[in-house]
Amino acid sequence: MDVLTLSRIQFGLTIGFHYIYPPLSIGLGVMLVIMEACWLKTNNAVYHQMAKFWTNVFALTFALGVATGIVMEFEFGTNWATYSRFVGDVFGSALAAEGIFAFFLESGFLAILLFGWDKVSRKVHFFSTCMVCLGAHFSAVWITVANSWMQTPAGYHLVGAGMHQRAEITDFWAMVFSPSSGDRLFHTLCGAWQAGAFLVVSVSAYYLLTKKHQEFARRSLRIGLSVALIASLLQGVSGHLSGQEVARYQPAKLAAFEGLYTTESNAPLTLFGYVDEQDHKVIGVEAPDLLSFLAHDDFHSTVTGLDAFPPEDRPPVEASFLFFHGMVGIGCLLILIAAAGTWFAWRKVLHQKRWMLWILVFSVLGPEIANQLGWFAAEVGRQPWIVYGLMRTPAGLSAVVKANTVLTSLVLFTLIYFLLLALFIYLLNHKIQHGPHDDDLVPAGKLALPGPLSHGHKKSAS
Amino acid sequence: MNFDLNSIWFILVGVLFTGYAMLDGFDLGIGALHLFTRKDEERRVMLNSIGPVWDGNEVWLVTGGGALFAAFPNAYATVFSGFYLALILLLFALIFRGVAIEFRSKQPMYWWRQMWDIGFAAGSILSALLIGVAMGNIAYGIPIGPDGEFAGSFFSLLTPYPLLLGVTTVALFMMHGAIYGLMKTEGELHDKLRRWAMNAIIFFVVCAAITTMATLLYVPHMAERIKDHPWLFSIALANMLAIANIPREFYHGRDWYAFLSSCATMLTLMALFGINQYPYMVYSQPNPENSLTIYNAASSHKTLGVMLVIAGIGVPAVLAYTTCIYWIFRGKVKVDRMSY
Repeated sequence: MDVLTLSRIQFGLTIGFHYIYPPLSIGLGVMLVIMEACWLKTNNAVYHQMAKFWTNVFALTFALGVATGIVMEFEFGTNWATYSRFVGDVFGSALAAEGIFAFFLESGFLAILLFGWDKVSRKVHFFSTCMVCLGAHFSAVWITVANSWMQTPAGYHLVGAGMHQRAEITDFWAMVFSPSSGDRLFHTLCGAWQAGAFLVVSVSAYYLLTKKHQEFARRSLRIGLSVALIASLLQGVSGHLSGQEVARYQPAKLAAFEGLYTTESNAPLTLFGYVDEQDHKVIGVEAPDLLSFLAHDDFHSTVTGLDAFPPEDRPPVEASFLFFHGMVGIGCLLILIAAAGTWFAWRKVLHQKRWMLWILVFSVLGPEIANQLGWFAAEVGRQPWIVYGLMRTPAGLSAVVKANTVLTSLVLFTLIYFLLLALFIYLLNHKIQHGPHDDDLVPAGKLALPGPLSHGHKKSAS
Repeated sequence: MNFDLNSIWFILVGVLFTGYAMLDGFDLGIGALHLFTRKDEERRVMLNSIGPVWDGNEVWLVTGGGALFAAFPNAYATVFSGFYLALILLLFALIFRGVAIEFRSKQPMYWWRQMWDIGFAAGSILSALLIGVAMGNIAYGIPIGPDGEFAGSFFSLLTPYPLLLGVTTVALFMMHGAIYGLMKTEGELHDKLRRWAMNAIIFFVVCAAITTMATLLYVPHMAERIKDHPWLFSIALANMLAIANIPREFYHGRDWYAFLSSCATMLTLMALFGINQYPYMVYSQPNPENSLTIYNAASSHKTLGVMLVIAGIGVPAVLAYTTCIYWIFRGKVKVDRMSY
């Protein structure tokens, strides 16, 4: 295999593996803020127990997120040096902002979140939790800004020529608010909230099924389901907005997502199906006129097809179609699951519906898979460009790196990442089987509640 | 030297990497010393002495790398693609070290903990070594072609001078970590650390003397500016005094001052490095005309200006809350249920 293929596989592998963790950190960050807020407000020690248990899970995802995240920053330089020279002026500044505003905030306050339970007051601890959550969100902001610039470049001009050409910022805010960054950030964050919320839902449902930690599970499930439902519904809205943005600014990508080979009005939407790349058609169930409506709010509008682009400017259709439809399908399913779960919980019959609880247990896979597929779709759909319309992917490679060097690193990354994934699942499962600690029902140290209250809760806990 | 934006960013990138050395330096040093511990209890104390802060310390490297990417993309691209295998090794070392800290305490089995202990120590030592080798290559100069790309190979990076700097960095971090450990521990482990710290100080002083000699003899351009501007010798003097002050404070049992002296040693070493390196980002050896400077490797003035605003807002805030966090976690380590 050539350097290009190997480097693309390696980047895909490392970013895909990395992206298991940040959405969980962002989503769990929100859950932790809610749980601690409930604790501060109600003084009910179950919320303290919840916050502490989920903090432990958060720490695990965060550590892996950091370890695999440094790889990403280095890889721009190691494998995509020419790309780095081209975008450094624009992309680099977003990355540096991420370091200064997001990573320091997140990792600094994480110390208090994890190890400061009895060193600071409850309010300071809650503040730290909020800062960790904010830091996680900031990191999503800056990296999405950087990636969105690669999708819809704005606020720049090209300087120099040939090998030494590069993009330079002319308007920082136009770069930050490139046409796609708002929609894509919203979409990314909703996906992250879903990932965190469904993890809480899944574990709580598991405890209810196995009749363990009931009080803990019921309250966790209530918070988890609420956030899951809100995030899933928002994700529907944001998915629609993102789709319209893609239709406007990256029509080739939309055409690939939908397998639309010919430009047409009253374009149908394929609900299920597959692409026959040989014959340039899609086989499956179609909803007439729906694509035109979704893309441009008008059933009769014209949607640009792949025929509007020369073959060398078209993304791979089959892969884009599958990734995109997989993501949308799972997204719809998650709305249904969250709605059904909330409905049964509302009617107070959820604990009797074992089949529903089992669905909830496995629902955690939904956002995980959809988040991965969504990124695949976004990045594969941008091909053959590394920076849309400006630089082709092969042109971004490092000039001095040889194929067997990349092969070496790729093999090592694959081995180590599979080991890490196995360990992550093993330890996560261990934490879940072990469950929340009963000692946490009686907060100690500076977190201890004022006398009579804590006494009351000790009784109710036992 | 004129204080334009390029020079300011040269200094700021240097400050970020110096911050990384002073902070993650003791994490890596604790990791290296982890080899000498024998009891599980001792190892847990060692791990938890850096437990709350190591993540944040590593962010200095991430941000330093990000700042290098943003301010001097050409230097970032040339060095990172040129040092490909070395950097991938550094990444694996950092990954193993990071997850070892996180995973070790999660299971009580002997083999499990042993495995992660080795991962933690080996990852820490290898990280320190590779960082030193990279610094040594930048100081010595690397072959750069007329196209601005690296013209050597992985093995051409492993010449004696960079390797010497690698060993010196391991020694420096071990000394730094041992002194940090003294502030964080008590009892038997504290006494052990005191012995290790003394050995580490001797190890470092010997390495520093050899490195200084080797630099003067074999890398004369790293002394050029000080030769031309004798008043800059005051920094070399300060460096010598800082090094000499470490055993003095250590002897009197003033661990905090010994730690500060160790920080001052790093600061003055980086200052000497930066002063002689300026205005080169990557010095080309053997063809100096191909060198990447803070001008031909830099981003546009507009970007450097925007980032200065970002740094101006961000860095003071970072320093403020990092100080607060260190203050909250001051004092000796207590291992409890939430600990590593």
